[in-house]
Amino acid sequence: MDQAPPAEDVEAFRLRARRWLGDTMPRLPEGMDNWRLTIEDEMATNARQLQRLLFDGGFAGICYPVEYGGQGLPREYQRAFTQESFGYQMPTTFNVPTLSILAPTLLDFGTEEQKLRHIPAILRGDELWVQFLSEPSGGSDLAGLVTQATRDGDVFALNGSKIWSSGAFRADYSLCLARTDPHVPKHQGLTMFIVKIHQPGIEVQRIKMVNGTAEFCQEFFDDVLIPATDVVGGVNDGWTVASRLLYHERDAVGGGSPYTSGLGMGDAGKGGQRSDLEDLVVSTGQQGNMTARQLVAEARVNDRVQQQLIDRVTQGIRSGAMPGPAGSLSRLFAATNSERRFDIGLEIAGAGAGASVTGDLAGMWGESFLSRQSNSLGGGSNEMQRNIISERVLGMPREFAADRDRPFDEVRHNRSPQPRS
Amino acid sequence: MDLGLTDDQQLFQETTRKFLEDTCPLDEVRKIAEDEVEGFNRAWWRRGAELGWMSMLVSEDHGGGCISGNARADLSLVAEEMGRLVSPGPLVPTNVVAAAMSRLGTAAQREHLEGLISGESVAAWCSVGPYPGSGPMTHRADGEVRAVKTDGGYVLDGVSAPVEAGAQADLVVVTARLDDGLVQLVVPAGTPGLTTQAAQSLDLVRRFACIRFEQVELSADAVLGEPETAAGEVERQLEDAVVLQCAAMVGAVTRVFEFTVEYGEDRYSFGRPLVSYQALKHRFADMKMWLEASHASAGAAARAVDAGSPLAPELISVAKSYIGDHGPMIVQECVQFHGGIGVTWDHDLHLYLRRVTQDRTQFGTPHDHRERVASMLGI
Repeated sequence: MDQAPPAEDVEAFRLRARRWLGDTMPRLPEGMDNWRLTIEDEMATNARQLQRLLFDGGFAGICYPVEYGGQGLPREYQRAFTQESFGYQMPTTFNVPTLSILAPTLLDFGTEEQKLRHIPAILRGDELWVQFLSEPSGGSDLAGLVTQATRDGDVFALNGSKIWSSGAFRADYSLCLARTDPHVPKHQGLTMFIVKIHQPGIEVQRIKMVNGTAEFCQEFFDDVLIPATDVVGGVNDGWTVASRLLYHERDAVGGGSPYTSGLGMGDAGKGGQRSDLEDLVVSTGQQGNMTARQLVAEARVNDRVQQQLIDRVTQGIRSGAMPGPAGSLSRLFAATNSERRFDIGLEIAGAGAGASVTGDLAGMWGESFLSRQSNSLGGGSNEMQRNIISERVLGMPREFAADRDRPFDEVRHNRSPQPRS
Repeated sequence: MDLGLTDDQQLFQETTRKFLEDTCPLDEVRKIAEDEVEGFNRAWWRRGAELGWMSMLVSEDHGGGCISGNARADLSLVAEEMGRLVSPGPLVPTNVVAAAMSRLGTAAQREHLEGLISGESVAAWCSVGPYPGSGPMTHRADGEVRAVKTDGGYVLDGVSAPVEAGAQADLVVVTARLDDGLVQLVVPAGTPGLTTQAAQSLDLVRRFACIRFEQVELSADAVLGEPETAAGEVERQLEDAVVLQCAAMVGAVTRVFEFTVEYGEDRYSFGRPLVSYQALKHRFADMKMWLEASHASAGAAARAVDAGSPLAPELISVAKSYIGDHGPMIVQECVQFHGGIGVTWDHDLHLYLRRVTQDRTQFGTPHDHRERVASMLGI
């Protein structure tokens, strides 16, 4: 991203993108958005084809370096492209985590060989990635993970289990954090690996969620062999890589990533378009009702402020005016705003949120309320974000930790589970 | 304040802060509250004016000028610094009136500018609530000024809602209702039929008064702009007022947050600093988030108005409803963190709480501004 100024200014780029989109990309069917499109495209077959179209047209990886198949342009160009892409089918499945979290981590820590092997393939639509970080033994205490990778010459043998990997059943590769030395304090004995998902020794199970979807997965590893050339960063230096990955994750989930393309989830920054809450007010005939007006306006205000905060934090971190962990401010805002949106939706939906005719918007808001906490859990719970903000942005004392500076195998921890049969 | 200030802006901000800290620290503010009838010292105001406090929104042709080319962003720096020290002085109404005079005043009306810019005179801005919802919460029982067109001009009757510096102003710009719209008029203090009635206000140094118009006869020369454009002009003035007010609120809340964090670090209970308790750390984290969001929103509103963006009307209402809700909430949380001392007269917290609560009510409450947003959304 730090290259000579592009030959084409943003507005010229925008016009070219507008023409190209009109000529090339399929339009969204009436009443469809990319979020719903993604749900129906379970194996990402369509998304892979759409990503290939972007790649062939020179619009994939707008902020990625040219040498790895990207366009090498500043983030304003990506923003312009995303704005122009509204109304078209876009491969938003690739946005999170592949393009916004994992590929950027590879850019930061991968070897030249690893980057050339995977990043062009990702931009071409050939590889979807997931992160193998969380484990059933614990969520927030990531460095306390128990999945082991034991070295034998040029290969590591991976054993254990990962969970909450989103869409692993359709993905191709993962970045997997595993323990390579249990005799040192927990952060010092971890290594990050590139792990191919569909191979002997890996079992992927889908997890059915409250809302009926089964996007999240759990994986079980039984002596999975990983070549040492697939270590990302240094052996036992995996925490450094994971910290960078989590930084990209905060950026991505907070909406500050320059690497996503096309509108995904949420309404922040959508501008101009009528939001799902405004649709709800209209469909329930509550225009002119002051309570409904107040609530919808509050949601609009929060969405605007969310984008303004993201812009401020992104700028602050880039210029050094804010420390990196300030990304948690955007992250926490997005999550608490999401909670409030679900509350507002439920309130406006009224009695219709409980039992309703199929397809009724009020009923859909009732259903989605059941997953209200999702955005406050994924990618680090709100409580962890508040710890990060208070400790690493405001400099307040760290929480007590019983495992600090003690070898991992001398500390109490949970066990890795076995696959259910 | 915005991140990434220019060097000139930074210098200006530092100069303003130093001037305020040297000449008007909080104990001085308390003294002014008790001793100064006008709520601010005129000689001090002229010194502030020399720093450029009243010239930013006035065009260079009329003796004004700003620092960076983004006048509201520049003036927001002053508003924010004044918020940090709960400073006295009618910064908002004087600047709003000066900007309007420069934008559309006649040559005769613009003669007032020299006094406003130099700090010799101050202005009151007596506007209508342009809040389209006009629901029960937006009702202002006491404010309505009506104008009747006569052969040579207008006759004004009615009483305004309490306005800042109403009794101190040398000059009033009043928005009056006609049968078929609005008209804005420039009324010098001392015009026959114009009287003021002091109002109680939460803020200890900002003085408010209702302005009473009894058969105030004005010639057509008193009209600011044209009656046809008055509604749009009222909106532009509101944008300036809300931008400056939001910056001032953010400044006040930022200062309160700073000294509350310091207090939490210094204060020990059960052998531990207060800020080592997770229950409190998490609330500080929330406050930090609200505060940064407030900075972001105030800055975005200022930039939108400076740029003449079509989003400006929405973004000032976004800023005011967000900051109007969260500013007082943060200060009340900070009172809670201080314990009993936080609700005493001697502690400075209430000076800030008064300021931000007062600001919350002026130029539209958060509720009023959400009504504006809802109307813009077409629901």
